[in-house]
Amino acid sequence: MSVAVVVYPGTNCERDVMHALRDVGAEAELVWHREEDLSGFEGVVLPGGFAHGDYLRPGAIARFSPVMKGIEELAEAGKPVLGICNGFQVLCEAGLLPGALVENRGLRFICRFVHVRIDSTDTVLTRATRLGQVLRIPLNSYRGSYAVESAGVESGLVAMRYCDEAGEVDAEHNLNGSVDSVAGLANQRGNVVGFMPHPERASDRALGSGDGRVLLESFVAALGDA
Amino acid sequence: MPELHHELGMTDLEYTAVIDTLNREPTEAELMMYSLMWSEHCSYKSSLPHLRDLPSDGPQVVVGPGGGAGVVDLGGGWLAALRIESHNHPSFVEPYQGAATGVGGILRDVLSMGARPIALWNQIRFGELSDPRVRYLFDGVVSGIAGYGNAVGVPTLGGEVAFEPCFEANPLVNVMCLGILRSDDLVPSGSLDNGDVAVLLGAPTGRDGIGGASILASASFSEEDVSKRPAVQVGDPFAAKKLIETCLELASRRLLVGLQDLGAAGIACAASETAAGAGSGMDLALDAMPRREDRMSPAELLVSESQERMLAVVAIADLPAALEVARRWEIEASPVGTMTAGGTLRVFDGDSIAAEVPAESLADGAPVASRPAAKPGYIDEVWAAAAEPQAPLDVGGALLGLLDQPALASKAWVYEQYDHMLGMGTVVGPGHDGALLRLRGTQKGLAVSTDGNSRRCLLDPRRGTSRLVFEAALNVAVTGAKPIGLVDNLNFGDPEQPGVMWQFVEAVAGLSDACRSLEIPIVGGNVSFYNSSDSGDIMPTPVIAMLGLADPMPETPPRLDAATDGMGLWLIAGGGDVPDFAASAYAKLMDGELVGRPLPADPVLGKGVIDVALQLAGGGHAAVVHDISEGGLALALTEICMMSGVGAKVDIRDWRILFGEAPHRVLVASDRSNLADLVDLGDAVRVTPIGRFGGDVIHFGDAAPIAVVEAAAVWRNAIPRRMAGRSR
Amino acid sequence: MKVQVEITRLPSVADPEAATIAGALRGLGFTDLVAVSMGRSLVIDVESDDATKAEASVRRMCAQLLANPVIEDYSVRVLAEDEAG
Repeated sequence: MSVAVVVYPGTNCERDVMHALRDVGAEAELVWHREEDLSGFEGVVLPGGFAHGDYLRPGAIARFSPVMKGIEELAEAGKPVLGICNGFQVLCEAGLLPGALVENRGLRFICRFVHVRIDSTDTVLTRATRLGQVLRIPLNSYRGSYAVESAGVESGLVAMRYCDEAGEVDAEHNLNGSVDSVAGLANQRGNVVGFMPHPERASDRALGSGDGRVLLESFVAALGDA
Repeated sequence: MPELHHELGMTDLEYTAVIDTLNREPTEAELMMYSLMWSEHCSYKSSLPHLRDLPSDGPQVVVGPGGGAGVVDLGGGWLAALRIESHNHPSFVEPYQGAATGVGGILRDVLSMGARPIALWNQIRFGELSDPRVRYLFDGVVSGIAGYGNAVGVPTLGGEVAFEPCFEANPLVNVMCLGILRSDDLVPSGSLDNGDVAVLLGAPTGRDGIGGASILASASFSEEDVSKRPAVQVGDPFAAKKLIETCLELASRRLLVGLQDLGAAGIACAASETAAGAGSGMDLALDAMPRREDRMSPAELLVSESQERMLAVVAIADLPAALEVARRWEIEASPVGTMTAGGTLRVFDGDSIAAEVPAESLADGAPVASRPAAKPGYIDEVWAAAAEPQAPLDVGGALLGLLDQPALASKAWVYEQYDHMLGMGTVVGPGHDGALLRLRGTQKGLAVSTDGNSRRCLLDPRRGTSRLVFEAALNVAVTGAKPIGLVDNLNFGDPEQPGVMWQFVEAVAGLSDACRSLEIPIVGGNVSFYNSSDSGDIMPTPVIAMLGLADPMPETPPRLDAATDGMGLWLIAGGGDVPDFAASAYAKLMDGELVGRPLPADPVLGKGVIDVALQLAGGGHAAVVHDISEGGLALALTEICMMSGVGAKVDIRDWRILFGEAPHRVLVASDRSNLADLVDLGDAVRVTPIGRFGGDVIHFGDAAPIAVVEAAAVWRNAIPRRMAGRSR
Repeated sequence: MKVQVEITRLPSVADPEAATIAGALRGLGFTDLVAVSMGRSLVIDVESDDATKAEASVRRMCAQLLANPVIEDYSVRVLAEDEAG
């Protein structure tokens, strides 16, 4: 059960994601963006960073990389596809998820722990969680604000929303100003998920939280799907 | 061309030395190279005689000062590489790019050893935030550090932020980087064979920073003069990330015999230092350099400071493999030079020779500048006056005043813009005394603290600097890490002023004394002179960056937010508290007078307190171990309370003990009742129970209590409220 | 009165973003591409009836805040009535 961890020029969380996936029992391998064929993999993760420098728009250039073909094929086949942070931006630009990610409300990079509430367990990232469960996970992004035209959200499945410690969703805890407080979003089928916070950075209590582990475990458990 | 050398900032004596070296007049390209390589920035001509005696030996030292970065042995086949640099002048001219390229430069220095950069710290100093231009600079510098560091994939774990009027027109932007590597991957230095090939990796060359940032900072340009302005270097973190991966793969596959960053003085510096370091020469072909702009002259190509470039040296047999690695990472790689016997750097422009000079004369031949030093007049005046600020009307009011000082306030506004979690190693992040990183796959933890104190160093550069070393060592000890090496950044004014030179010499003496007492080697450093503006020289500002090793790393290292209801509060210090108000934050708050002579470091007590902190942290005996520094005991305790969200009651009434800044003191929060029995105190150190945590207010003796939430609101808002309305 | 400001990188200052975009366009097969340059465009509405004064005011805005002359150049143009929309 092997996961491809895609490396674009400018990706920078690839090694973190690879280690975190291995820590929950998956085989994980770094794959350079020139690779077209991902048929040897059961799933794929697009890690965080700044693919192609985030120049023009995040993901705008990355969507034309050869590896996109392999990602689309896995998505089509119903295999788990996860975009974290910058990877979420790439999946949106590529049209695998609706909407786009824009500059944070305060126009500054945000690096801190936030709380997210599980609003759907029908996705490969949240299957092992409970509805309403609150997780503490780091948010680390400049363009992390989810934007979509009204009614656009409904074409996807909101997996997680920013909330307070108790699970209440409000404007104050929606730090980046995302539409409908969206932190994580899936396609209707639930196999393609974008998530702005970094689950791999919350996969070990020594780093301040182990809450991201259940998400990675869900993802790895879904590798046998389809 | 006697006029040109003046324009390039060379003295007549230096120009004569060039003619003596070459036995002829230099070409334009040669003169340009000498002017830069012999500049203060590249040659250390004013400081070197004073730095030679600094202690830099130790069993753990693998590479000492003078390499691309200092390298120390961590055991188990692991090495750490560390280096600090300043980017003060460029950051004043263009704060975002100045700070960003400072980060890029320090990363490449660490990379040049074959090390993967794993963390950054920044020490940044500005004028007061009431000035809009200062707010612009502060915002730009923080954005530049964030913009570059976050993108290149190296976490920024903190540093220092300070504000003093002397930095208004000359901010300080120091950057420190830590890297790690396996000992087998250390890029060799020193032995190169004739025929080895120098390969230029990375970005194409343009007219960036021609003539260096110092010229840029000292000239004024009218609007019509656009074309004459030297171009500010622009960083490209995306290219840097690819360059890092390329160089690390080359190192791990043993395809390198040498690797150097292209920084100040560009390829002229990299080529001459590479050749001189190996006792070789080099033939350099300018035609082989990829360019970003047309019609560049040989002189421009040689000294361009275009960013994101490295010079790799590979054996000719390995060249195809090395070029293939670069191609795969989408990094341009151009063989530009060949190592030769004889020690001459020959630069070819097509078939003609643009420069032909002894490589060593460029790299190490700058005539030493003998600068007179004399104690400046202010010293006797400030020493004669005692620092005796007035008593506070009430302790709580003074405390809130301190919490509202930007230098003492929460720096979350700054460090939440930096990605400090990337790499999954951050165990103790920014906002604590020292940061602690775990080394994946081992039991080891690496701690770093960086410390400076301009005001104290102004009053007594020797004592001030010595105390910084003790403070930095203590700050890594409180995380459970033993100090094993340091790098320093010495920021001073105009060295041609005897008073500034005296400050420098005194500071170096203090640095040396403290390092000898603590047996900590100095593995590298940087000197930044000419930090002055119309309003005079900056306060002397040495910055110490200390590396500590925790092996094994404590399971639960102490942190400032770990105090809980019911825990005891202890003071660890020497006997007899003598309040020290010279250069204190309290004195600045109350009357602003900067007088007095700070207490010296006490080598025995200082070392004793560091040892006790290390035992408490390493043994898991304490939830919080916090160094008492600016703002004194009162501020240190309040920081613990605010971060932990708990109140405290302290049995100290004397405001002088609460706000004084005597050295070598630590606060501890612990649930153990017999703390003194758990550690070996030695002869000098005492552990005194002084209170207890609990409730939601802080009581200092019988003074009116202060609500923790009220204090925290002031502390957290001090910087954001001053920066409100500034967004990019 | 509306004034348009175009801010561009000085020609000799590196522009990694423009260079990356050029590379991506070439990768997509636009072989006729020579170079890409980028900038920012602002339209500033100024309370004024005098085009010369409006332009001078916007030039001061550029010099003080909008552009950093060590890396950027700018041009200023008062928009005609029908352009201003």
